[in-house]
Amino acid sequence: MRRAAGRTPERRPAGVGRVRTHRAASPWLFLLPGLGVIAAFVLYPFLSTVHKAFTDARTLTPGTWVGLRNFRDMLDDEQFWVALRNSVLYVVAVVPLTVLLPLLLALLVHKKLPGVTFFRSAFYTPVVASVVVVSLIWGWLLDDRGLVNGILRFLGAGPVAFLGDQWLLLLSAMALTVWRGLGYYMIIYLAALANVPRELHEAAAVDGAGPLRRFASVTVPALRPTMVLVGALSSVAAFKVFSEVYLLAGPTGGPAGQDTTLVMLVQRTGTGLDGRVGYASALSLAVFVLALLLMLLVLRADRKEAEE
Amino acid sequence: MTRTSVGEKVLRYLLMLAVLAVSVGPFLWQLSTSLKATTEDIYTYPPGFLPEHPTLDNYTGVADIVPVWDYALNSLKVAVAGVATNLVGASMAGYALARLRFRGRKAAGLAFVAALLVPLESIVIAQFTMMRDLRLNNTLTAVVLPGAVGALNVLLMRNAFANLPYEVEEAAVIDGANVWQRFTRIALPAVRGTLAAVAIFAFMGAWDDFLWPLIVLSDSDRFTLTVGLNFLHGTFQQNPRLVAAGTVIAVAPLLVMFACLQRYFFRGVGEGAVKG
Repeated sequence: MRRAAGRTPERRPAGVGRVRTHRAASPWLFLLPGLGVIAAFVLYPFLSTVHKAFTDARTLTPGTWVGLRNFRDMLDDEQFWVALRNSVLYVVAVVPLTVLLPLLLALLVHKKLPGVTFFRSAFYTPVVASVVVVSLIWGWLLDDRGLVNGILRFLGAGPVAFLGDQWLLLLSAMALTVWRGLGYYMIIYLAALANVPRELHEAAAVDGAGPLRRFASVTVPALRPTMVLVGALSSVAAFKVFSEVYLLAGPTGGPAGQDTTLVMLVQRTGTGLDGRVGYASALSLAVFVLALLLMLLVLRADRKEAEE
Repeated sequence: MTRTSVGEKVLRYLLMLAVLAVSVGPFLWQLSTSLKATTEDIYTYPPGFLPEHPTLDNYTGVADIVPVWDYALNSLKVAVAGVATNLVGASMAGYALARLRFRGRKAAGLAFVAALLVPLESIVIAQFTMMRDLRLNNTLTAVVLPGAVGALNVLLMRNAFANLPYEVEEAAVIDGANVWQRFTRIALPAVRGTLAAVAIFAFMGAWDDFLWPLIVLSDSDRFTLTVGLNFLHGTFQQNPRLVAAGTVIAVAPLLVMFACLQRYFFRGVGEGAVKG
């Protein structure tokens, strides 16, 4: 987090700091709306989730303390393992592509050529559209009689039932997530590329390094922190995937619920008139802890690699 | 760097055009589908990219299946309210964190960072239970409240205020301006760019949100556009033209906004991800 380093009032000229600039209560009045919302609708619900995870609360009953029962139930719950598998597969498939493809895209539009700003903006379009909209669009593209199958048929292949098969459905959702992330992470990479000193590239070119060599020995090391950041951000996002799969596979999670992800399971378990709030809270807690571990794992792996 | 060779230029433009087809193509195909008349075969091989007889019938037709304009209005209300609360709440909190000295400032800053670390997906059930206890479930107010002041927006505003020079404000202190006057007359006008980015992201976030409104809204007349469109799902097999029209209605306002305010979009992404 960036702070106002060097601008702290202690460093101000003598005397100025002693002027009474505000009343004691003013800062808290300024903070009230923001802090209030955060405390009431983020921090309190989080504590409440932790508490409810150890109860058998339901939508209409507060429930009683049941210790670790929800977590034991989780380990015996076949749906939990299916959901965990899907969420983990999602990370494994989506993250490497999300770290690499937007980087290549950023390199493609980094060079100032006429019209390149237009392309950058155009590549960002899928980020602006809501996930519901792009999922509906992809649903129609991948329909048995949609554009993709139309093209396949035209080429003499297919039709492929993208949205009928458990694995093809999951793959389609992953492709959608990667596609949607292209523009977003491209912008992050572009911001980082702007800070890579040109001299490095030029020196490498003078030394006779080709484009591939320069990519591997100049660009990648310089962008490494950004790649780690993108890796961490996209791992957590992929692990928590909900909308893409929910919309393509349907509320029940595809054939026999085999495409259910963890957050879909949370949503399905905890809502409705007889939602198992206690169990859903335990699942939520599992999502939180696993997402946190995942992020630490990415950062740790990076550090290890850097040491070698 | 050495000058770009013609070959490299051609290659770059070809690649950019290919990515363009992949990223924007699906939207154009959707637009084209939405303009095709019921009489036109939309399943032809090879696919027909341009509608033979463009018509707006599907845009009225989709409103007969789901009240798409009411949903759009609900989304607009939620989004506008979210922009207002985020601008006010985040700028005030950000100003206090960046510019005011008081006991507990660090703790307050940490609260926002902690909030940033809590994935919304893991607290939606608790938020839902809470809204039910407050008897707010199934209202648009409940849709707005959890995102009313985003922690990330507070931190963005804090950074923006922290980067302003102190001198002007110091002069104002000596002239006797109180803290509210310094905030509204000096500090706020100086961070307009960040305010615009916050406004855009609050609008986009609210307009595009799906999981939370899906959970908290149960009556179909309260639905926001994203939740309402989800119900168009079932009509796929019968008439994709109508679904296409619905999605175009949902995406058009954002694309127009994006086209007009591009630089703020990019600024927000850059600041939020790299510096946040």
